[in-house]
Amino acid sequence: MSEPVTGISRQDVEHLAGLARIDLSDAEIDQLATELPAILEHVAMVQGAAGDDVPAMSHPLPVDNVFRVDAVRPGLTAEEALAGAPDAEQQRFLVPKILGEQ
Amino acid sequence: MSEPIRMTADEMAQALAAGEISSVELTRSHLDRIATVDGDLHAFLHVDEEGALAVAADVDARRAAGDQLAYLAGVPVAVKDIVVTRGVPTTCGSKILQGWVPPYDATIAARLKAARLPMLGKTNMDEFAMGSSTEHSAYGPTRNPWDTSRVPGGSGGGSAAAVAAFEAPLAIGTDTGGSIRQPGAFTGTVGVKPTYGAVSRYGLVAMASSLDQAGPVTRTVLDAALLHELIAGHDPMDSTSIDGPVAPVVSAARHGNLKGLRIGIIRELSGDGFQTGVRARFDEAVDLLTGAGAEIVEISIPSLEYALAAYYLVMPSEASSNLARFDAMRYGLRVSPEGVDSPSAEQVMAATRDAGFGDEVKRRIIVGTYALSSGYYDAYYGSAQKVRTLLARDFAAAFEGVDVLASPTVPTTAYPLGDKLDDPLAMYLGDIATLPANLVGIPGLSLPIGLADEDQLPVGMQFLAPATADERLYNVAAGLESLLEQAWGAPLLTQAPMLGAVR
Repeated sequence: MSEPVTGISRQDVEHLAGLARIDLSDAEIDQLATELPAILEHVAMVQGAAGDDVPAMSHPLPVDNVFRVDAVRPGLTAEEALAGAPDAEQQRFLVPKILGEQ
Repeated sequence: MSEPIRMTADEMAQALAAGEISSVELTRSHLDRIATVDGDLHAFLHVDEEGALAVAADVDARRAAGDQLAYLAGVPVAVKDIVVTRGVPTTCGSKILQGWVPPYDATIAARLKAARLPMLGKTNMDEFAMGSSTEHSAYGPTRNPWDTSRVPGGSGGGSAAAVAAFEAPLAIGTDTGGSIRQPGAFTGTVGVKPTYGAVSRYGLVAMASSLDQAGPVTRTVLDAALLHELIAGHDPMDSTSIDGPVAPVVSAARHGNLKGLRIGIIRELSGDGFQTGVRARFDEAVDLLTGAGAEIVEISIPSLEYALAAYYLVMPSEASSNLARFDAMRYGLRVSPEGVDSPSAEQVMAATRDAGFGDEVKRRIIVGTYALSSGYYDAYYGSAQKVRTLLARDFAAAFEGVDVLASPTVPTTAYPLGDKLDDPLAMYLGDIATLPANLVGIPGLSLPIGLADEDQLPVGMQFLAPATADERLYNVAAGLESLLEQAWGAPLLTQAPMLGAVR
């Protein structure tokens, strides 16, 4: 369990941006490093709200696993599914290389 | 018959059924109105003139042939751009979806189509519904019809402004922390967030899946009920959809019986921090309710102290996870990083998300990533989920003694454009009265209750009811609406400036 945040560094923001896969510019990192402390300081107050005896609530109305009828129904054609793709080839999504440097 | 666009949706439905007006005429008058005033307001991101008129012509032909039609068939509707619409551009207010034409319909869109409501177009919103002013739209802000130097609220500022400015009689909104109700308050319109699960989320671009809920944006309580009834109901395509009957909202809206109704005033949402004119109109509305035989009691929801903090953890956490789907691979924008030969998918993804997302979206993704990251999860996300439990307990206890709860919808009236853009936390504070309903899943409604003396801008009153008892909101709001209109002599929107009148 960590302590409430009192500060968040530029390096922290860079790390989070990496996790979130957003290539933030230096100016954006500076801006967020300035803004985040006030927001995080405010939200940190939830840590004192409830004891261990209070269960977590992930969802407003509890639902168990929900299944649809296992029946064939119309879906998108390959053409429809690919219509919004940035790039496509041979009825497939064409993507940049998924492995880094060899 | 009054000027077509000034009628309520209910009056339009009756005029259509009586053959006093055709759907093509009605749809055309709204398209004309959009052409006249939307240059100033920017409520619409896309106007589907051809599609709307085709549906209208089809309704007229079917009516002439004696077909059985839905009650609202032929009454035009505007749809927030977060709702996926087959063949009609859907951007969610973001550059990352610019030009995307979805290959399928959201369940809401399919229901509007099945009932044959001409869809006028898609309304402006804060990018991915993240914002309270519509200033975070990647396509520029919407302006408030009451004062175009002010925000219409958000995220659904487009839908609220369109309805307030008579560009559409009905609109669809979505509400994750107040995005239907707060714009309703700021524009003098009615907005309802139904019980979580009452309206299908299938085909809504997801922001925070445990909080998001779609609902009606209208000028009257009865119109909201008519639209609510049309879009609500079980949908097998949404696993959180309630498999049960739709609440009897229309009959409740037609009755509005206040006698003996027990109304709880939320103590924590009525004091300091609320603008003078907001409090004055709220107190008067409470007096009207008392005069009509309602019983008023003061109720405390102690855990509200933590609600804003919990919301601004749960929402960004879920949003950061949901927005991971914008990866530049299957649809939407793809941007290659500059100066990199043969970039990897991961580099393209990161460059695309930097170019395609706006500041507020990035801010929330980073906060959510932080709250969910290893070592912080229990302290932040876990603690926020416990606050939801505390809130649910407090609300359950409150509803043991009262039928509905009431508060001002927003602490202030509409603020000037740019006023809170540099201070995210100040903007978040405006959601204090609306977001608890989302955390707990209960329904909420905002009703216009007058203008604040200090700025002559609309004030909204919020009612909350227990989950699945949405009809209670319509009952109390219809009763109060009727008393207020008697007092004013006309609906509040007749006091709004006559946009486009001099053109």
